[in-house]
Amino acid sequence: MVGNVYEGAVQDLIDELGRLPGIGPKSAQRIAFHILEADPEDMLRLADAIRTVKDKVKLCTICFNVSEQETCSICRDERRDPSQVCVVEESKDVMAIERTRTFRGRYHVLGGAINPIAGIGPDQLHIRELLTRLQDAAIEEVILATDPNLEGEATATYLSRMLGATGLKVTRLASGLPVGGDLEYADEVTLGRAFEGRRSVTG
Amino acid sequence: MHLSHLSLTDYRSYHRAELDLAPGPNVLVGSNGVGKTNVVEAIGYLATQESHRVSHDAPLVRFGATQAIIRGRVHRGDRAVAVEIEINPGRSNRAAINRGAPQRAREALGLLRSVLFAPEDLSLVNGDPTVRRRFLDDLVVQLRPALGDARSDYDRVLRQRNALLKNAKASRTWSEEHDHTLAVWDEHLSRAGARVLNGRLHVLQMLAVPLTESYAALAQGRKAAGFTYESTVPLAGGQHGTVPGEQELYEALLTELESHRKRERDRGVTLVGPHRDDLALTLGPAPAKGFASHGETWSMALGLKLASYRVLIADDPDPDARPVLILDDVFAELDEGRRARLAALTADAGQLIVTAAVAGDIPGELAGPRIGVSLGEDGSMLDAEGTP
Repeated sequence: MVGNVYEGAVQDLIDELGRLPGIGPKSAQRIAFHILEADPEDMLRLADAIRTVKDKVKLCTICFNVSEQETCSICRDERRDPSQVCVVEESKDVMAIERTRTFRGRYHVLGGAINPIAGIGPDQLHIRELLTRLQDAAIEEVILATDPNLEGEATATYLSRMLGATGLKVTRLASGLPVGGDLEYADEVTLGRAFEGRRSVTG
Repeated sequence: MHLSHLSLTDYRSYHRAELDLAPGPNVLVGSNGVGKTNVVEAIGYLATQESHRVSHDAPLVRFGATQAIIRGRVHRGDRAVAVEIEINPGRSNRAAINRGAPQRAREALGLLRSVLFAPEDLSLVNGDPTVRRRFLDDLVVQLRPALGDARSDYDRVLRQRNALLKNAKASRTWSEEHDHTLAVWDEHLSRAGARVLNGRLHVLQMLAVPLTESYAALAQGRKAAGFTYESTVPLAGGQHGTVPGEQELYEALLTELESHRKRERDRGVTLVGPHRDDLALTLGPAPAKGFASHGETWSMALGLKLASYRVLIADDPDPDARPVLILDDVFAELDEGRRARLAALTADAGQLIVTAAVAGDIPGELAGPRIGVSLGEDGSMLDAEGTP
């Protein structure tokens, strides 16, 4: 256990670092001492980067992705396909899909998933904004790309129910086997899903 | 299959223990408190990675040690596999197969199969419905490993749905938003619940005849042992008809949730689904719970476990696949007639491991080695002569 053994500023730094996701008390202590010993210039640059992010970055008013302007670079990009909207839980999911370079439409970031235990219902997510946005006649397809876990699936079900009446094409990302993996290493649930979602290859 | 050697390191009371076992019957004899049950618990753990006595792993590690290790040599036909499980409370357990590199513990599941009966199993008869639901669900997973996630999925959806009902009740308003969200959880709960229910009903269908037969053979009484599955969902086709398919059960669950909507809103909790079902055991016309005598309770619990053993054998008839049958501290509780009949009932087991405090409690019909167990001062297991 790491208790409050250090004085003032050092302990404050350890406490603040320890509140970050994925960082336990031991890691917080290690990072704090790294910061203490590191080149002051490097560390001030880090501090500036944090300050800048908090000052400048806000959410895109259209899709709620992180952005330095009113609207994000994807929403501003005229070359993007306006007929497809991909719905994701977090901004980092946008980055993940962007890395594939296969999707050319636009995004909508919900800001989480329905999770009653954590007190998150549809009202706490950007769902109403999505419904407003979908009134744009240019949009033809909504791709539900929420996480394939319990809360993500529930959110996808909720959205598919809400969007059922709109006449839009609503699709859900497939789940199944990872590419380049071995069948024998797949867990039973993933393999079971892959069986359910199998498709014909003979046309 | 059978276990030819068991080796324990820092498991429960043992610092070290080595034990050779034979195919067929083995009797572990030793006075109370020397750790016979620890040995059979370890064998059960090697098979299922769960203890029949405690729900978390910390008590399995000898006080003061950081990890416990169970090693076993499992024979199936003429093949032998060395299975090793490291129990690391607070961290993930590891397994090594044939002295290979340590991997996820679940990779070793199923290498050893066992059915264990212990005095704790009396709660199958006189305990809460939870105990009987768990018995059924465990058997379902053994028969259909793909359903391993069904129960945990169901429980997670249930927690979310209950949270929603509870939040809505606390907010004292029921909005259209609540209705929309609840409909989502209804769908997911019914989907997961249908899988759980379908698995249970299949197992129950397989269990009915073996239970009646095992109980009749053990107790030779005038009352027949049976059960009714008391479901919160009306089951078309009654108890012994064909098992309804998942889609049918899904729709039945949805309908039932719909008709309980108001009561669920008032109570703030989910009232329909397999988590509220019970397996009501019966002896003749009366329920076993509350009406069975002490002897009948033992026979009923034992009958259920023996029936599950029969179900596993019927599922995989290969004699080499027969689970190891373990009877912990049973014979002392049975009269002469039941002892002899239990010995006869289990005579065909590929391997039978029995514990007793007094060798005289074991009927002569039960052949096989008598292994004396005692505990040395240094926490090692001693054999009958008192040498490690």
